[in-house]
Amino acid sequence: MENILKLTKEDFISDQMVKWCPGCGDHAILTSLEKIMPQLGKKKEDILIISGIGCSSRSPYYINTYGFHGIHGRALPIASGAKIANPNLSVWVTTGDGDCLAIGGNHFIHTIRRNMDIKIVLFNNEIYGLTKGQYSPTTPLGKVTKTSPMGTIEEPFNPGELVIGAGGTFFARSMDMNLKTQEEILLAASQHRGTAVTEILQNCVIFNNGAHAYINDREHRADRLIHLQHGKPMIFGKEMNKGIRLSPNSYQLEVVNIGENDITVDDLLVHDIHQEDRGVHMMLARMKAPDFPVAVGVIRSVIRPIYSDLLIEQIVRAKNSSTITNADELMQSGNTWNVE
Amino acid sequence: MTEKKSKVIELEEVVVKFAGDSGDGMQLAGSLFADNTATVGNDFATFPDYPAEIRAPHNTISGVSGFQIHFGSKLVISSGDIADVLVAMNPASLKANLNNVKYGGTIVVDADTFVGDGITKAGYTNSPLDDGSLKDYHLIAAPITSLTREAQKELGCDNKTADKCRNVFALGIIYYLFNRELESTFKYFETKFAKNQTIVEANKKVLAAGYNYAENVDANKTTFIVDKYPLKKGKYRYITGNSATAWGMIAAAEKAGLELYLGSYPITPATEILIELENRRDLGVKAYQAEDEIAGICSAIGAAFAGALAITTTSGPGLSLKSEAIGLAVMTELPIVIVDVQRGGPSTGLPTKTEQSDLLQALYGRNGEGQVVVIAASSPGNCFNFAFEAAKIALEHMTPVILLTDGYIANGSEVIPVPKLADLPKITPRLAKANDPNYAPYRRDEKTLARQWAIPGTEGLRHRIGGLEKENITGNVSHNPENHQLMATLRDEKVQRVADVIGDQKIIGDQEGDLLIVGWGGTYGALKNSLDSVKKKYPAKKIGLAHFNYINPLPKNTEDVFKKFKKIVVCELNFGQFAKYLKINLPQFKYEQYNKLKGLPFFVSELVDAYSKLLEE
Repeated sequence: MENILKLTKEDFISDQMVKWCPGCGDHAILTSLEKIMPQLGKKKEDILIISGIGCSSRSPYYINTYGFHGIHGRALPIASGAKIANPNLSVWVTTGDGDCLAIGGNHFIHTIRRNMDIKIVLFNNEIYGLTKGQYSPTTPLGKVTKTSPMGTIEEPFNPGELVIGAGGTFFARSMDMNLKTQEEILLAASQHRGTAVTEILQNCVIFNNGAHAYINDREHRADRLIHLQHGKPMIFGKEMNKGIRLSPNSYQLEVVNIGENDITVDDLLVHDIHQEDRGVHMMLARMKAPDFPVAVGVIRSVIRPIYSDLLIEQIVRAKNSSTITNADELMQSGNTWNVE
Repeated sequence: MTEKKSKVIELEEVVVKFAGDSGDGMQLAGSLFADNTATVGNDFATFPDYPAEIRAPHNTISGVSGFQIHFGSKLVISSGDIADVLVAMNPASLKANLNNVKYGGTIVVDADTFVGDGITKAGYTNSPLDDGSLKDYHLIAAPITSLTREAQKELGCDNKTADKCRNVFALGIIYYLFNRELESTFKYFETKFAKNQTIVEANKKVLAAGYNYAENVDANKTTFIVDKYPLKKGKYRYITGNSATAWGMIAAAEKAGLELYLGSYPITPATEILIELENRRDLGVKAYQAEDEIAGICSAIGAAFAGALAITTTSGPGLSLKSEAIGLAVMTELPIVIVDVQRGGPSTGLPTKTEQSDLLQALYGRNGEGQVVVIAASSPGNCFNFAFEAAKIALEHMTPVILLTDGYIANGSEVIPVPKLADLPKITPRLAKANDPNYAPYRRDEKTLARQWAIPGTEGLRHRIGGLEKENITGNVSHNPENHQLMATLRDEKVQRVADVIGDQKIIGDQEGDLLIVGWGGTYGALKNSLDSVKKKYPAKKIGLAHFNYINPLPKNTEDVFKKFKKIVVCELNFGQFAKYLKINLPQFKYEQYNKLKGLPFFVSELVDAYSKLLEE
C-alpha cells in the first residue's frame, strides 16, 4: 500500500509522443486521467486502459499503464474479457462518440446492462475526427458535415439517455477544459463499482471547432451549465438566482427564477445521485440548450451488483456443491464403463 | 426373457437408424440404445441428424429427425452410411430414409400411422405397407401407437401422454432384435423420472411391451447378436465431438495452470460447447455469453491479454463476423483458440447439416497478411485431443489457432478411453517474469519466434499493444515500411515454425503405390472405411490414405508423402478447398478431386466408385 500512496502523475506519463492536434480537448482529458491514476488505490501494474479506434482511442499509448489499443468499436468487449479474466484490474476504456455509439453501440448498451465494472471515458466531440469530419451519432440534427452536405437528417443520441435507459448505474458529464469538475467526476467514476460512464464534451479544433461553445462560452456558461452536486439544490446562473424544479403541473423539469412567483430555494430539486428510479436522472441527463442548462457533474450513481462479483459468486457456489474438482474427475464422471 | 428364438445370427457390425417426426423422441431413443450398446461392449459411433426447425410440420419430410448408430465387434470409426435396420415412426420418415436402407434389411414401422393424410403428406399415393414396394425388406409393421396406449391403460394415462412413449415401444422392438437386456434402461427411467413414478412405470411397461410384441410376432424369425469389441483394458465412455472439444480445453487450461475463459455467442452447431462450459463453473471456467460473435472473440482477446487460456467458439457465419478480431489477435500475437464447427453455407445455409467449406475462410479470411495456425479434428473423440493441441500451440507459440470441426463430428459421438491428465503433454505458456529487465513486448524466442506474454499485474512490465503495426522488439506503433515487411515476415515465419512440433503426416494402408486418398477433418471415418473397401475390391492395387489434421502449417513431409503415389485424389465436402490449398503449396502434383456438397457426410459406396474410376483409367 505504501508504494501505491507514493505514486504521482509522473508515474503515469508514457514515453510516447502525444500526437493530438495543438489545442485539442484531448490533452486536457489526458492530464486529468494522469492526475487521478495515482489516486485509484491500485498498483500501477493493476491498471489497464483499453480503447477502440479514433483520436480518443490513442490515449492508452500516452498513459503508462498496461494498455490495449483495439479495433473500431470493440474496446468494451475487449475490456469485459479482461475484467472477467482478472477482476482485480482497474479497467478503463477511452472512446469517442463514433467508436462507442455507432460501431460500438451494441457493446455499449450491453456492457451497461451487465454492470461490468469498467470505467468508460467517452470523448464526445460530435464529429468523426480521425476519419476527418464525417457526422457521428451525436452530431446535431441538420448539421452540415462532409457526409451530410445538406445537413444531417438523423436525430442524435444523447449518451446519458442511452446509459440510463440501458439500466446504467453511473453517469457523469463534464467539459474538457474544466479540469476541476473533470477530475472530480473521474475520481467518482473510479470509486463506483460498476459501469461508470463519464461523457466529456470535448472540442475538436479541426473538424468541429466550437461544437460546445454555446454552453461553454466563458461569458455565458454560468447561465448555460449547471454543476449538479449530490445533496445540493439545483441552482445555477451568474447571479445564482436560477434553479431547476419539477413543475407541479406537468411533472417535467422547468427552469425557475428564485424570488419570482414566490419561488424559494426550497422549491428546487435537491440532487440525489443515488435515487434508484431513473426518472429524474433521465430528465437531468436530457436537459439541453437553449431551454435548459446542460448538466455537468455526477448525474447518477446507484449500487447494483457487478458482473464479475456475480460470476465469482456462482463459481464459488458451483465449487461448493459439485463433486467434480478437476479435469480428471470430470472425464470420469457420468456414464463410463470398465473393460477388464 | 425366454430363449426360444430359432435363429440368431452373429454380425460383425450393424447400422441402426431411428427416424420419426421431430418431437417423436428419436434422439432420446437413439441415445438410450447407444447407452445400452455401451453395456454390451460393442464399439460404436452415433450421428444425430435433425431439421433446422424446432417442430417442422407434422408428418412431412422436412420434419424428419434421425439418429443413426453404427456398432460392431470391430473398431467403428464412422456412423455408417447404409442402415441395416430402420425404425420409421411415420410414412415421411420411411420415405426420407428408404434409399439408405440395405436391401434385405429390417424396417420397423408404426403401422398405425400409415393411414389417411399421413401417407399423402409423405408423398405416397398408396400405403407402402400394402403395395409390395417393401418386398425386398424384412418388414415389421407394428401397431406401435395403439399398443403403446394399451400398455399404459391400467396406469390411467390419456392418449396424448401415452403417445409420448411410442419411441420407447419402438426401442423395445430393437432390443428384441439385438437380444439386449432391458434392466439398464429400466434403471435409467428410475433415475431420470424419479419424481414421477407413473412415468417410470409407463416407460418400463412400454419398453417391455415392445420387446414382448417383437418376441411374440417374430419369434420364429431372425434376431442378431453383435459380439464385444475386444477393447484394451481400461475405462471407457462415449462422448460427442462438442463435449470433447469443451473437455479438451478444460484439460489444457488445467495442464497450463491457467483459468479457462470462453467468450461465445450461440450458433448451431457449436452451441453445445458453450453450454458444456457454462456448466463447468465448478471447475472455475469463465464462460461468457456475449451480445454477438464479435463481442465473443473480442472478449476472448481481452481475456488472453489479461492472462487466461481464452477461446471463442462459433460456426461459419460467426467466423465471418470474427474475421477482423482474428486479425487483431494476429497483430497483438496473443494466444487464443477459435473453434469453428463448420456447417453448410454460404450465409445461413444449412445450419444443422455438415460441410467442410470454411477452410479457405479459416486460412485466408482476414485483411492483410494474417497467418494463423489451422488444425482440424477428425472424429468426435479426437476433438478432445485437437482442442488440447490447439490450446498448447496457441500458448506456446503466442498465436491465434483456428480449430475446425464440423456438424458431423460435433454432434456425433464415439467410444473413447477416458483421457487422463497425466498422459497429456505438458503445456508451458510463455509468461514473462516480473521485473525482467530484458522484457520487450515483441522480443522473440529464437526457436519458435514466439513473443513473451506479460499480463497486466506483472510488475515492471507495463506496455501497450494493439492493432496498429508494431515496431520490432519495442512494440511501439510504427509505420516504417521496412519494419512492416520485417514484422509481417516474422509473424508468418512464427506460424510456419509450428511445423517443427507437429510431427510427420502418416499414411494409412499402403505406404506407396497407385492411389493416395487425401482428406482432412471430419471425413476420416468414411475415408478410412472407403480405403478398406476399395482395397478389397482391388487387392492387387496399392492404395493409401493421408488424412490431414494439420492444415497450416502442413506437416513437413507432405511432399514426400505425395511423391510416393501415382495418383492423388482429394476428397472433401466442399468444391475442393483443400485441393486448391495444396495446389498453391505443392503445385508439382496433380490432384484429382471427389467433392460432395449435400450437407451430408460421405458414403463409402460413392467414394469407392470414385476411386474405381481412377484405378481403372
